[in-house]
Amino acid sequence: MTPSPKTPNTMDVVNKNLAKRYRKEKMFRFYGIASISFGLLCLLFLFTDIIGKGHSAFFQTYVKLPVVMSADALGITDVNDPHQIAGGNYQGVLKQALRERFPEVTDRRGKRALYGIVSNGAGYELRALVENNPDILNTSLDVWVLADDDIDTYVKSRSSREGAYTGRFTEQQISWIESLIESGNVEERFNTTFFTAGDSREPEQAGIRGAMMGSLFTLLVTLALSFPIGVAAAVYLEEYAKKNKFTDFIEVNINNLAAVPSIIFGLLGLAIFINFFEMPRSIPLVGGFVLTLMTLPTIIISSRAAIKAVPPSIREAAMGIGASKMQVILHHVLPLAMPGMLTGAIIGMAQALGETAPLLMIGMVAFIVDVPSGITDPSTVLPVQIFLWADSPERAFVERTSAAIMVLLGFLVVMNALAVWLRKRLERRW
Amino acid sequence: MKKTLMIATVAATAMSAQFATAARDYISIVGSSTVYPFATVVAEHFGKSTNYKTPKIESTGSGGGMKLFCQGVGVAYPDITNASRRIKSSEFEMCQQNGVKDIVEVLIGYDGIVIGNSINAKQMELTRRDLFLALAKQVPNPDGSESLVNNPYKTWKDVNPALPAKSIEVLGPPPTSGTRDAFQELVLEGGCKTFPWIKAMKATDKNAYKTVCRSVREDGPYIEAGENDNLIVQKLNANKNALGIFGFSFLDQNADKIQGSIVDGKEPTFEDIADGSYAVSRPLYFYVKKDHIGTIPGMKEFLNEFTSEKAFGSEGYLSEKGMIPLGDSERTNVAADIKTLKNLAM
Repeated sequence: MTPSPKTPNTMDVVNKNLAKRYRKEKMFRFYGIASISFGLLCLLFLFTDIIGKGHSAFFQTYVKLPVVMSADALGITDVNDPHQIAGGNYQGVLKQALRERFPEVTDRRGKRALYGIVSNGAGYELRALVENNPDILNTSLDVWVLADDDIDTYVKSRSSREGAYTGRFTEQQISWIESLIESGNVEERFNTTFFTAGDSREPEQAGIRGAMMGSLFTLLVTLALSFPIGVAAAVYLEEYAKKNKFTDFIEVNINNLAAVPSIIFGLLGLAIFINFFEMPRSIPLVGGFVLTLMTLPTIIISSRAAIKAVPPSIREAAMGIGASKMQVILHHVLPLAMPGMLTGAIIGMAQALGETAPLLMIGMVAFIVDVPSGITDPSTVLPVQIFLWADSPERAFVERTSAAIMVLLGFLVVMNALAVWLRKRLERRW
Repeated sequence: MKKTLMIATVAATAMSAQFATAARDYISIVGSSTVYPFATVVAEHFGKSTNYKTPKIESTGSGGGMKLFCQGVGVAYPDITNASRRIKSSEFEMCQQNGVKDIVEVLIGYDGIVIGNSINAKQMELTRRDLFLALAKQVPNPDGSESLVNNPYKTWKDVNPALPAKSIEVLGPPPTSGTRDAFQELVLEGGCKTFPWIKAMKATDKNAYKTVCRSVREDGPYIEAGENDNLIVQKLNANKNALGIFGFSFLDQNADKIQGSIVDGKEPTFEDIADGSYAVSRPLYFYVKKDHIGTIPGMKEFLNEFTSEKAFGSEGYLSEKGMIPLGDSERTNVAADIKTLKNLAM
């Protein structure tokens, strides 16, 4: 049985194909690298776009005006009456200051344009000044006040490549701003309003705090409900439930629910919580309920996977030294499965944080100025705020939209970091 | 144990939330996305200048707002709904059936719809007839006979020899938008009516007339660009050949990027929309539930703020936001109706 000379031996076959196999291996690796690079490129593009557009929103233009705090002009007769101080005509005092700064403006139209330099919320800043220190009444002082959003955009775009944003400005208005800039009366400051105020229709007075608190309250309700319910359901299904048609049916349903479009949960929430239980619209409590419904399947599925991954030897060892079923679960299975369950919870929470569709149905897509202070105050959430600003005609909202996206991403990073930290702390090896 | 406690707390708050409904201390407003930018400004001024809470405003669209508004009387239902059209008789009846008997109608101003393009392109001079021929699904046969054919026009020149030989490309809102409704009604139907034989159809077959005059073509030239008017502005900036359809306030804010086309000989300017000579404008309303005045704090003051000269007057802050104010006499009438809270009758 000598091998016929025509059949090549195995080594030859291997050697002949080797080059091809290496090539294939290389290609295979290349596909992987290409996918990752594509993803990174997209991410890079997204970040440069958002940060490029949004970084300027963290600064706000202020204008310095010499203001005469005449009690007469403010309409204050009694300095000790807080009502009078609150109701003073502060905007009028600012207008007076502007007229004095640009005495050449006399016609009505021109004056209106002139008043547009300062924000129409600037009067409230003056009010705060007087409320803090009534002694400044009847004195003259230089005050830095909020500039109008158009001025803000102009000042920020002055040095940009595309040229300044002139929008609705007339030559005259531009000359006023330039003269203010030349005399050093215009300044860019860190935009604290953005982090302390609620929504506003004036971009320079708009802030993200209302939406941030709304998101926080909504997520707290969601977490407080969905995590315990999800874990309890997973434990029962995994450890106690008998394997039969009924549990199979439940399992199929849970898996299906995880893929149901979120708007459906919104409709469900509208029907149950608002129409049936007559809860008020637009509150984080109802938002949290709806998002709980949405995130439960995700949490149940991942918790079950985590419980399944706990080695049976641990259960058996615990049983072996006489632990009851409940003790096995509470003392051994749950602590070991906790990191996995937390991962599931964080995926669910991240999903809930970015959701707008179900909240639309329960009225959380709304204009809300007051910063919510509890789970029953009307409020909106971060993604909704982004949506509302993106839809606003004012130019200065473009940068604020991007800034709000950054805040949302920051929120997400903090949330994830917390989960990673918890997971690290809880992780046990066996 | 901790978890049970937590669930119990949440359940308890849920119960108390139900009681909280019984005393709502802020005004709840729903309705049109066109009125939304104006109503929000008024709400903010109201919140800052009075001791009442700032009203909450949801942008649900005119139709959606009416539905919520007409659901019933009580703190669970909205107090005010905004609309970019008048209340329909069917909606009025729905209100009546659900016990919302007394409604006060307030006309606040006008909104212009602009057909515009990039400032780097040539300004277009159009008529509503041109727009109808360019964008309707079915148009009169170009050979002149009184029959309809599927829209065959590819370029503006095909529609009207005076127009440039550029392909028709119009970015506009989707059917869910109020701007789209108004565009169909004011522009397409307006152009459609210039054909006498189609106009005659209105008397004989109203449904067929509506279908012909209000259907937008679906073969490409009309591009649905989403509800977001800002997006349309951005796309116009990138594509010089395209026209876009959007509200006047967006033209006002982006005057450095886009220009409004001349429609029927008039440019969309503040003055021409205000005096009605620019053809494509629509009225803006809000409707108030009279039974809630007195129950919800600040309702009356809010109405006064909205209809004060400094808000909806010819030089008020709403006009700065792009709303076209009413004429002087109209404003006096509206303010008087608010004083007496005149009931809407249909």
